[in-house]
Amino acid sequence: MINGAQALMESLKREGVERVFGYAGATICPAVDALAATDIAYTLVRTEQNAGHMASGYARMMGKPGVCMVTSGPGATNLITGIATAYMDSIPMVAITGQVQSYLLGRDIFQEVDITGACAPFIKHSYLVKDANDIPRVVKEAFHIASTGRQGPVLIDIPIDIQQQMIDPVYPDSVDIRGYKPSVKGNDNQIKRVAASISAAQKPLLCVGGGLFSAKAQEELITLCESARIPVVTTMMGLGLLPRNHPLNLGMIGAFGTPTANRALNTTDLLIIAGARAADRAVTSPKEIASRTKTVHLDVDPAEIGKNFSTTVPVVGDVKVILDQLISHHPKAQSEAWIADLQARRQAETQPAAAPGAGSVTPSYLMRTLGEQLDDDACVCVDVGQNQIWAAKHLPMKHGRFLTTGGLGTMGYSLPASLGVKTAVPDRQTVVVCGDGSFQMFENELATLKAMGTDVKIVMVHNGVLGLVHQIQYSSYSGPFGVDLTGSPDFEKLAEAYGIPGKRISDDGQVDSAIHDMLTASGPYLLICDVDPMTTTSMT
Amino acid sequence: MESKEHTLSILVENTPGVLSQVSRLFSRKGYNIESIASGTTEDPKVTRITIVMNGDDATIAQLAAQLRKLLCVISVKVLSTEDAVQRELVLVKVKADTKDKRDEVLQIVSVFRASVVDISRETLTVSILGDENKACALMDLLADFGVLEVVRTGIIAIERGIRTIYEDTKESGEFNYGKNVL
Repeated sequence: MINGAQALMESLKREGVERVFGYAGATICPAVDALAATDIAYTLVRTEQNAGHMASGYARMMGKPGVCMVTSGPGATNLITGIATAYMDSIPMVAITGQVQSYLLGRDIFQEVDITGACAPFIKHSYLVKDANDIPRVVKEAFHIASTGRQGPVLIDIPIDIQQQMIDPVYPDSVDIRGYKPSVKGNDNQIKRVAASISAAQKPLLCVGGGLFSAKAQEELITLCESARIPVVTTMMGLGLLPRNHPLNLGMIGAFGTPTANRALNTTDLLIIAGARAADRAVTSPKEIASRTKTVHLDVDPAEIGKNFSTTVPVVGDVKVILDQLISHHPKAQSEAWIADLQARRQAETQPAAAPGAGSVTPSYLMRTLGEQLDDDACVCVDVGQNQIWAAKHLPMKHGRFLTTGGLGTMGYSLPASLGVKTAVPDRQTVVVCGDGSFQMFENELATLKAMGTDVKIVMVHNGVLGLVHQIQYSSYSGPFGVDLTGSPDFEKLAEAYGIPGKRISDDGQVDSAIHDMLTASGPYLLICDVDPMTTTSMT
Repeated sequence: MESKEHTLSILVENTPGVLSQVSRLFSRKGYNIESIASGTTEDPKVTRITIVMNGDDATIAQLAAQLRKLLCVISVKVLSTEDAVQRELVLVKVKADTKDKRDEVLQIVSVFRASVVDISRETLTVSILGDENKACALMDLLADFGVLEVVRTGIIAIERGIRTIYEDTKESGEFNYGKNVL
């Protein structure tokens, strides 16, 4: 006989779990104790939210669920933002929370909270385990649910007495959930209609999002857009699906997108949305576009069809499989004139702007220079705010990854996500882009970075304000209020206190060599770039 | 688009918390439930929930799709008033403290083919089975005597003819969106 916690660890191992991000507390102690006896690696975070973000970074690089484990009560509530972030970005994750004794549930005892209830609106599924014999089945189901269909977080809440209950576990080989049978293959007739539409189109356009990363469909995308001659625009979550210099890549759409991408979106005669929900930030007037043009929506989640966009031809299934099915029909659009026009426009708008004068760092120049110096397959973890927009607009992606939270937009995501990335792909160059606001939301994790002994470079856009709100307050409200970051520490010294070298620059002339120094330094590094707070995201 | 009344029949696993999962979806998406009724089916592991709500066709389609995403949901069907029989049980406690009043109430009750399920010196409790219109008409008449309290089961509905909700699995619901089920 073993206890429930040991059965939990054995179940995790059977799912291929190699690492858990967590924060211990009283009610999760049996599970932590059982974990210590296995070869599963454990990363102690500094606040539970970041266990979620680390699991997210790990999951995005591994293409399988990341696992985080925290205690009941405040541990669980702190994790909520991490869970909601993963949900909005459709990232596979299994979150394990300790819970008070099952026979005391509902009595508001110390560190008790109804976490399955609290997470319900933004979690794919959750379990409250009331018998340790269920643990093997629940874990098997949780990994299946998190990693199939539209991926997302799954919560397993386990009372401490259930973790201690002695059982003879039976580990199931397969999963059978009556109410859960996600589609894989696209309907053949619909695929034929899409193929015929492509061949008839003169101005076809593929709009791709994070779903293509989830489906691991990058190669299929490249094959389809090249063979069928369809230019591509991406959402923010789709950045990096195609290298920036790919001739058919028109860049990102939306309020912060490229003029050419938005022009293409507004003039296409066949819009194919794949693995994207095309929410407000990407498409501001979906009704107008849908009323004017034929739309195809390829998505694994049937509830996405028609949610933000009314669709002429919907196809539900795994986008990788659907794209393969489409490719087998050899569609080819009559699109050469349209491509030539868009390419000329794209060429004209990507001429690098000259570096302006001294006194501050120009964000666009910083991002371009950073992108040029990065390894081809570097992972860039980008936070939220102006830094996110500048990086999305100006950082030239090659064959690496652009990891940000495009859905929930959680400040403080970047560094913890990068630590998750490093545990998944330790040899890949990993860089964080953040602002001085978002830095102060994750700075406690510098300790985790140090403890892991891993190599993450941090580029901070430093302007002393919450830049994006500051910018909006200037343009749309009575003026800046409550966004001045007065009281912030000397970041160089702060990094130094963690044993992390740093450098501060305040001139475009220093950017090139400072980035070079940062990237060639061994170990973690903080580069602080002074930016004029009046610099907005619309400037080039 | 035009907003009208829709009846949703939802088959769910009979497990704790299912009703809250289903009803929460309505509140999260900002829709009001006009009526909700729930009970087990011929299979004790399965519960059937009937919800009546207002909305346009696109809203209802989106809601049905969101409901199908819940793991506890086995099938969802939108029933139209033409294709389905609807019933609701209403209990009305009426003030009737004289013989004349009681006789008058009993007369109305018999016209409506309702029945009296409890009687006291001061009150009569009337039970009426039917669609919403019938119950409303009865309550309208009983209002003259003084209605002390009303309780309704919520509307339940079943399709006319041979068709059942079991033909409407999630897979076939998704077929409209190009799901490959054949």
